[in-house]
Amino acid sequence: MSEKVLSVQDVTMQFGGVVAVNNLSLEVHKGEIVCLIGPNGAGKTTAFNVITGVYAPTNGAVEFEEKTIISNYPQGKMEKLYAGEHKGKYKKVLEPTPDKITKLGIARTFQNIRLFKSLTVLENVLIAKHMRMKANVFADTFLINWKEEKKMREDALELLRILDLYELKDEKSSSLPYGKQRHLEIARALATNPSLLLLDEPAAGLNPQETDELTDFIRKVRDQFHLTVFMIEHHMNLVMDISDRIYVIDFGKLIANGTPNEIQNNQRVIDAYLGVAEDE
Amino acid sequence: MTEKKNTQLKILFSVIALFVCAGILFCVNHYTRPTFMLRTVMQLGAIYGLVAVSMNLLNGFTGLFSLGQAGFMAIGAYAFAIFTIPAKSRPGVYYLYGVADWLSNLQLPIWAGLVLAGLVAAILAAIIGAPVLRLKSDYFAIATLGFAEIVRIIVGSSPMNRITNGSLGLKMIPKFPNFYFPFIVVGICILIISLLIRSSYGRAFKAIREDEIAAEAMGINLAKHKQLSFIISSFFAGVSGALMGMYLGAITSTTFNVTLTYNILLIVVIGGMGSITGSILSSFLVIAAREWWLRFLDMEMFIGSFKVPLLKSGFRMVVFSLILMIVVLFFRQGIMGTREFNWNFILNRLRKKKNAGGEGCE
Repeated sequence: MSEKVLSVQDVTMQFGGVVAVNNLSLEVHKGEIVCLIGPNGAGKTTAFNVITGVYAPTNGAVEFEEKTIISNYPQGKMEKLYAGEHKGKYKKVLEPTPDKITKLGIARTFQNIRLFKSLTVLENVLIAKHMRMKANVFADTFLINWKEEKKMREDALELLRILDLYELKDEKSSSLPYGKQRHLEIARALATNPSLLLLDEPAAGLNPQETDELTDFIRKVRDQFHLTVFMIEHHMNLVMDISDRIYVIDFGKLIANGTPNEIQNNQRVIDAYLGVAEDE
Repeated sequence: MTEKKNTQLKILFSVIALFVCAGILFCVNHYTRPTFMLRTVMQLGAIYGLVAVSMNLLNGFTGLFSLGQAGFMAIGAYAFAIFTIPAKSRPGVYYLYGVADWLSNLQLPIWAGLVLAGLVAAILAAIIGAPVLRLKSDYFAIATLGFAEIVRIIVGSSPMNRITNGSLGLKMIPKFPNFYFPFIVVGICILIISLLIRSSYGRAFKAIREDEIAAEAMGINLAKHKQLSFIISSFFAGVSGALMGMYLGAITSTTFNVTLTYNILLIVVIGGMGSITGSILSSFLVIAAREWWLRFLDMEMFIGSFKVPLLKSGFRMVVFSLILMIVVLFFRQGIMGTREFNWNFILNRLRKKKNAGGEGCE
């Protein structure tokens, strides 16, 4: 629990007059599994989109492995409109595109599965390996780099073998059962060699048995690939079972953080999100 | 074991297929009259095949709906013509406006002209690609369509008189040195495109087609890869434009109007977006139908003293449009969809039949 992998600092994301994420600060340490929970529309996915470069934050910064990778402050029209805090604290503008963030070592999955549907399982994984390719387009077209290509294929197959997807390698990815598609999406994210894995509701739409499988799968992945996992999830069983720490947000604001036990007994979290069982 | 055997089988098949193709070309060349329609259809089909495949690279594989192919063909054709028209016939070509001084003694060999044609088109694609590729779907199509028209109009405008011969166009463009020439050039170009598509970059293109957001999240630089696909596609469109110029012998700016783009699009759609073999196949079919098989629709016909209704000049295109509508309505995937006609495909078919135990005799 020492090294900081991800550190989100005072991030505010404002769309016009709507503040989707308000002054969010959180930290993820090496080797942890951290969950981000909160009611629908609380701004969880928006926070993910800021970290992965889909949106540039209105104000605030994101550090990855002790280096600032994203930073912004309200400018132009936003300068007047800005409703968040810490105005003027950040002076730098750093807005990398999502592919650059992925290159740094942050991989993600999506809430609604976004596989390359008409391509095979193997191709899906190979595409994720493309960005590490050194050869240019000519060398690659005329097979001058066949060694690299071969290595890519072997690595991809090895990854599929580890994750029990090897038998499905030639299947079209859209023909897989839903649970397997979730696994494949994680496999594809792993193929980019990340050190931090962001999972956006990986258990959405899974039945209880598949959810249990997924829990084991995420643990296995974390241990085998020495990863840090940061995830959004609604399945409380999964969340309480798997996470080392939990962050709770509501209306874009952080309302609590702590171990699963602490969160379960936090009055604010119970009021905002967990609720009380009816027979109590 | 079976993998190895399969590979051997496939190589054997490929060699046989190559010989069969060469044989067909040889027979057509030697045993038909020079004016026979089949020769025209095959040569024109090959040229359209190349430009259709290049358009498919962009539209079918990268998912960028471009309508600028005719513009790049025009650039290629003009670049080729300007640099390869024999120096001694230049005064005759530019008889009205005269020829620019730097051009008057210039004459490149044909192969250099072809490469140059591609390069000029590619460079232009690189220049306009940066702003145009920021646009999404429909807007991109409109922008490229506009670009093609701009090219056509600039090429035919009076300030360019001493280079492109303005609205008079260029003639005396070197013809194909022999019957096989276009097939060899087209074959090489399509081979390169298919190698590209099965490479890692080709996979990245397909990823962009499937889901841009996911592709970007997987580390694919969208701007760079779209630009790459656009440039390569334009290069081959330029080459095919040059071939078209060679085939026609004379070009004007109206040769490359919007209709040409639609014809190419038609071939791509009928063949299947995302299938190279589909594009080639449908290119020959469409050209054959248009130039040859459906010709009779344009001619008035009498059976005895009964005049067949509807048959008159122009009816051919009506039927053609109907076919297109039927394809779009009922066979949206085209002939091949995104499948490719290759030996795997055939071997799988054969194996399935065998497994069915002689039941399937279809």
